[in-house]
Amino acid sequence: MATKEFPPPVKWADDRLGIGKIGKNNLRKVFPDHWSFMLGEIALYSFIILLLTGVFLTFWFKPSMAEVEYQGSYSLLKGLHMSEAYASTLDISFDVRGGLLMRQIHHWAAILFVASMMVHLLRTFFTGAFRKPRELNWVIGFAMLFLGIIEGFIGYGLPDDLLSGTGLRITQGMIQASPVIGTWLSFFIFGGEFPGDDMVSRFFTIHVLLIPGLILALVTAHLFLVVYHKHTQYPGPGRTQKNVIGYPLWPVYTAKAGGFFFVVFGITALMGALLQINPVWLYGPYNPAEVTAGSQPDWYMGWLEGSVRLMPGFESTFWGITLSWNLIIPALLIPPAFVTLVAAYPFIEQWITGDHRDHHLLDRPRNMPTRTGIGAAFITFYGLLWIGGGNDLIATHFGISLNNVTWFLRFAVFLGPVLAFWVTRRIAISLQRADNERLLHGLESGIIVRSPDGEYYEKHSPISKYEAYSLTARDRTLPLEIGPETDDNGVRAPRRALKKVRASLSRFYFADAVQKPTAAEIEEAHAHAHAAHGHEDDHHEAVEGVTGTVEVDDATAHKVVEH
Amino acid sequence: MSDEKANLPAVTAEEDHGQVQVAEPIPDPGIEPHENRITDIDPKAADRVERQVATMFSLAGLLAVLACVGYFAIPRDSEVTVGPLTGNANNLTLGLCLGFGLFLIGAGAIQWAKKLMVDVEISEDRHPAYSSPEQKTEITEAFQVGVEESGFTRRKLIRRSLIGAMALLGLPAIVLLRDLGPAPGRKLFGTIWAEGIRVVNDVTLRPIKPSDLVVGQLVNGAPANLAAMQEDSPVEYQNAKAKAAVIMVRIPPAEIQVPPGRENWGIDGILCYSKICTHVGCPISLYEQTTHHVLCPCHQSTFDLADGAKVIFGPAARPLPQLPLAVDAEGYIVAQSGFHEPVGPSFFERG
Ligand code: HEM
Ligand code: FES
Repeated sequence: MATKEFPPPVKWADDRLGIGKIGKNNLRKVFPDHWSFMLGEIALYSFIILLLTGVFLTFWFKPSMAEVEYQGSYSLLKGLHMSEAYASTLDISFDVRGGLLMRQIHHWAAILFVASMMVHLLRTFFTGAFRKPRELNWVIGFAMLFLGIIEGFIGYGLPDDLLSGTGLRITQGMIQASPVIGTWLSFFIFGGEFPGDDMVSRFFTIHVLLIPGLILALVTAHLFLVVYHKHTQYPGPGRTQKNVIGYPLWPVYTAKAGGFFFVVFGITALMGALLQINPVWLYGPYNPAEVTAGSQPDWYMGWLEGSVRLMPGFESTFWGITLSWNLIIPALLIPPAFVTLVAAYPFIEQWITGDHRDHHLLDRPRNMPTRTGIGAAFITFYGLLWIGGGNDLIATHFGISLNNVTWFLRFAVFLGPVLAFWVTRRIAISLQRADNERLLHGLESGIIVRSPDGEYYEKHSPISKYEAYSLTARDRTLPLEIGPETDDNGVRAPRRALKKVRASLSRFYFADAVQKPTAAEIEEAHAHAHAAHGHEDDHHEAVEGVTGTVEVDDATAHKVVEH
Repeated sequence: MSDEKANLPAVTAEEDHGQVQVAEPIPDPGIEPHENRITDIDPKAADRVERQVATMFSLAGLLAVLACVGYFAIPRDSEVTVGPLTGNANNLTLGLCLGFGLFLIGAGAIQWAKKLMVDVEISEDRHPAYSSPEQKTEITEAFQVGVEESGFTRRKLIRRSLIGAMALLGLPAIVLLRDLGPAPGRKLFGTIWAEGIRVVNDVTLRPIKPSDLVVGQLVNGAPANLAAMQEDSPVEYQNAKAKAAVIMVRIPPAEIQVPPGRENWGIDGILCYSKICTHVGCPISLYEQTTHHVLCPCHQSTFDLADGAKVIFGPAARPLPQLPLAVDAEGYIVAQSGFHEPVGPSFFERG
């Protein structure tokens, strides 16, 4: 092959940076294709949109709580005293052309950012994409979700309107009620008593510099690891632990992903144009003695709100101190415990299953019934708390008493997840059975056939070898074994109690899962079908006959039949 | 059983780089054969897609220009009305043009990729994340040479003093944050209420006589000395307001249960309570006359104003603090004293 030289500008850069070497490995990098792999992309793109629109907002937003008299063009608030922050938000909304659009895109993108991160997390969870070697990327992703929520909450507070001020007041009250350091923490954060005049400027720096910087660093690490590990893929024909099958970065993914960025940007811009969000001018400036009824935070804060709302009012006072259990439990214990469990899940599961192997093929959620059930329980817990955050809206909308809604939720929060776990696990198991059924006996075609000797049977159509392979391309999962009590020399194995716990957890994890059929079982179903309807002429080349049983090469068949 | 076990995570548990075996009982049939798209076989169809994509891109360009025209041509304050909805015309034009423009660029690119670009799936090999044994050996050796050459492990004095110095450097990093805020001191314990301060309506700022309040009425009140603070220091004003806001109600005396020691805190059924919720400090607002219940809109704590404002429902743990009332020489309602306990959310040192 003749050697090729770069065109001049690329050569210029390559001489100095060696960019050719980077491109060599990456231009034709393969990414597998699946809709669920776009969720993370949505999060990335909304973050970019937040950076772009956010910078626009900083040109006019004044992060100051100094009092001014409003003289802008929104006549209903003219002459009112308010903070510069609130006044400049009104200016952005009414006097800067495109300002309202940018504010609304910024806010919609923030909501989309957090939502897409959450759904992305669920995808990762239910498909087991967090398993080795990707545990750290799970933790990084989780950290971004956490930071994104805080970022959104702080951004929500910047305009210093009545609604956001109320949200901050609630947060401040919780901080103040923390044991030992509560009042100090609150005074340090707010520069003294609430509301003070430091909070907007402090929050601004955190909102536009500190947290976006951290998220940017984490995004970089996250994407680097995706490239380094290469993307996981769903099991299927030709897809193995050792390869990745899909389309190349250049040109297909460049066009698809690049195009998708514009689609997401376009949709958020249309939302910003058409759907009003956070109309701060309707709420008025913050006034610590006023509140709007039915006030709601952005959706992602709802579960914390619910957690606080559902807790009964317990408090202890002794030795001159006060412990506010009504805040310590729902705000300082439950949410951190919940998020820690989520963040540590890969490590917990790994400990239980004892599985330290690399996993590049994803699980279908049904094939891990216990994990899928746990996921459903978490979603239910979160969802019920979230509903609790709107208990007043539910009560008024459906005309039920608020007390009843609250009492119902107080129990449901504990029972609901258990029920969800159990139901989901059962559904997953029956789906597994259905898969095996399909594998062994093919598809029910709905056609009833009468044989010459008068016997009726339903014709089963075969499934393709590709589908059959996809259905079986998974692990046989068995519970961890505990091992002998004593070793060969009669020495008791160390940490036996812990191992027992681990083994029973592992049993809980795998015990009820349905195993895929063995080669022998497939053989048998195959033979049975032929015996029953042998008269039928059904010779297909690769996949056998009526029952959809599948060709098994002899080596595999023997290997498994032996036992 | 033995070789089936090789496939189980349980058994290979401690084996770090074991492989997951999935290609049994059915062997891997290999990638499915590529199926041609209509655009792969019919050049006319491909040309149609080309025209589609080009149209989308051109429209996007046009919309970008339109957005600029709209920016200048449409007055900043002109409104458009569609049915019950109104919106700012300038904003709407900008948003729609940009939104559709961006969307069309994206849709065009995706259509191009899906219909025209080669869609044969290709395969790339994975490589393990861990370093090879040679790399491990090499790096370990290089590291040890460095440790050797620096003498870090041998020269204990250097090592310990360095570690100590680095650890102590954390101190100034924390101490420097001390001036983020003042010490809480007793600030949370008091409000600007004091003996003889009139209760004024918080909107009109007028003082109130008992006869101004009819039975069943609730007014939002403030201390008379609050308004003057706004001129001097808007911050002090806001901070004071955040604690001093009160509600004053008039309830038929027969329906009131007076907590012991508060017999003379009301005036003919007029009672005054802190407006700041004892849960986390929202100003409470919704009053139900018939039950004398007041509800906090934030988490629905409900207080019975006829019964010492005790908590009827919700997450709040303490009654609203009550302000003892009296009538001054001119007949206006005043505070007998400040609150007897801190108002607002609980805190550790509250006692
Ligand atoms: C990382 C994700 C981010 C999230 C989740 C987020 C979220 C928010 C939210 C919810 C608001 C309230 C908007 C409203 O008024 O309705 C806000 C306001 C604001 N954000 Fe962000 N933001 C992010 C990044 C940024 C960045 C990177 C910048 C600037 C470099 C920025 C600058 C601003 C400014 C100046 C405001 C106040 C302006 C206003 O309210 O009109 N934001 N943000
Ligand atoms: S602040 Fe009043 S109930 Fe929470």
